[in-house]
Amino acid sequence: MIGVISYLVFFTTVAAILSIAVLGLNLQWGNTGLFNGGVVASFGAGAYGTLILGGAPQESHFGGFGLAYPLALLGGMIFAGLLAWVVGVLTLRLRHDYLAIATFGVAVAFENVARNAIWLTGGAQGVRGFERPLRAELGDGFLYNLIFLVAVLIALWLVFLFLQRLTVSPFGRMLRAIREDETAARSLGKAPDRVRLTAFVTGSVIMGLSGGLYGTFYAFISPQDVLPILTFQIWAMLIVGGAGNNAGAIFGTFLIWGAWTFSGWALARFAPIEAQLYTGSIQFVLIGFVIVGMLLWRPQGLFPERLVVSQPGANRDKPQAEGLT
Amino acid sequence: MIQHLVDGILVGSFLSLGAIGLTMVMHILRFANFSHAELLSIGAYSALVFDKVFQVLLPFSAAKIGPLSMTWALALSVVLAMAFTGASAMLMDRLVFKRVRARGDELSMVFASFGMALIVRNVIGLVFGLSSQLYSKDIVFAMVISRDPLLLVKPDQIFVFGAALLLMLGLHLLLSRTTFGFALRAVAENPVLAQVHGVNLQRMITAVWVIGGSLGAVAGVFYGLSYQITPVMGRDLVLPIFAATIVGGLGSVYGAVFGGFLVGIASNLALVILPSGYSPSVPFLMILAVLVLRPYGLFGEARP
Repeated sequence: MIGVISYLVFFTTVAAILSIAVLGLNLQWGNTGLFNGGVVASFGAGAYGTLILGGAPQESHFGGFGLAYPLALLGGMIFAGLLAWVVGVLTLRLRHDYLAIATFGVAVAFENVARNAIWLTGGAQGVRGFERPLRAELGDGFLYNLIFLVAVLIALWLVFLFLQRLTVSPFGRMLRAIREDETAARSLGKAPDRVRLTAFVTGSVIMGLSGGLYGTFYAFISPQDVLPILTFQIWAMLIVGGAGNNAGAIFGTFLIWGAWTFSGWALARFAPIEAQLYTGSIQFVLIGFVIVGMLLWRPQGLFPERLVVSQPGANRDKPQAEGLT
Repeated sequence: MIQHLVDGILVGSFLSLGAIGLTMVMHILRFANFSHAELLSIGAYSALVFDKVFQVLLPFSAAKIGPLSMTWALALSVVLAMAFTGASAMLMDRLVFKRVRARGDELSMVFASFGMALIVRNVIGLVFGLSSQLYSKDIVFAMVISRDPLLLVKPDQIFVFGAALLLMLGLHLLLSRTTFGFALRAVAENPVLAQVHGVNLQRMITAVWVIGGSLGAVAGVFYGLSYQITPVMGRDLVLPIFAATIVGGLGSVYGAVFGGFLVGIASNLALVILPSGYSPSVPFLMILAVLVLRPYGLFGEARP
């Protein structure tokens, strides 16, 4: 029994951490229409940043500044934001595929550097020497994991509230206006490039937070954690949940992460020994089918974006059937 | 140094072939197709299958062509692989991209192409196994072109370079001398106006996929001849090919040729100053450099 509960705590923690990344992507893709092909780069930047800043000094690689945990986490988020800013500044004024290609390139380069720059990141062996915050007080057991879960859920709740407020704020309205018709938005005196950059960097900072929490949870990060498949998983979560809908995004995360974990377990349990090598390929094909299938048959996701009138007035907060975004 | 330069040119020849198809698709269908590199895998693996079939059906075709490691069977297989890959590209468009396109969202196309890449790559891995394969297990010795500085070239590499140039010349003639070429360029410039003038848009889109697929198949086989065939070759090639299209300028066929050679040469020259582990990052650095210096590429023009 305690095993089941402890597994549920573990599962919920990881799913909640991933939900934060999916919410970050939702701001970029769902609300602003920006394609981020390198979610893992922001996620990884947050994780590596947090662990390198907050860890104890190591001989084998750079870092170990031993900063207080909140500062380390903040540093990881800032690192993720800076990386996004560089890419965004260069590509957001160009045709939209440039952003897709450049972000994809960042993710490839990030994993490549994480794997090869041993002096900086510890290489394939990952970042060591990080100790989870408050470990001395709470120990390593179930209690710690439970409290960590509560902390992650609070972080998720705060991010969710922030994005919900943002969506109905004038800024959120402007994001949708630019997404729907850039020329019209420009004619109203808005600066699409700058607004898009703000949204892109904010989304990446949120992904950095997610990565930082992930790194904290495992007290370890290695290139194995920033493989491209994570980007695809996070997309699948958002597309299934419904781009543009924050609650849907969280639901999609739990659903896809549950399906992923379950399929991994089922394949490991029931697939014949000689097929075990291929379980990863089977899961990747499934994720591919989820992405393509959703785009073909239900592109709006299970929980479509709710179009709201966010102007102050009589109809405030009342969902509308169509138009008026 | 000179060895790296020559190797780079040879790598550039198959990158260019891949980039030409990608830039045409990106120009006409207006989306970044992340599954294009998987066409190279489809080409390489289908040629492997055809090659085995020919060697069984026509045993005499297993003879090597001159000094090359390539057999007559493989040469025939390349032609069939081009047709098969072109047809696969067309099928992918019919089954997925056309339907997503009908909904009118370009970015959904990019998502769909990632999904397709994931499916194709892993299905190939499931069918052919995850380990790498070779067209020929015979060792072909490199020719020593010069001893000081040391310069080694394999006969296969010279053949690949020559064949790539020939194909590019053929494509150039097709685009610049035929009515079909004019129609294709007209569609790229302005699809609506081209249709008004009686160009069949759907047929042009099909043609672009077939051209892109068949050139990709050749690129895939050449990659397999130079290195080895693996299910993840698409994953490793997608960024260099994109870099080639961006360096050359999206939509420019000649830019893609030039960009392919530039990326090939730069990736190899980078080995002089960077440890080899970093070479996957070089295409990304080139993309960044081009976006800073000349955002629309060397041959591209600004287009919203």
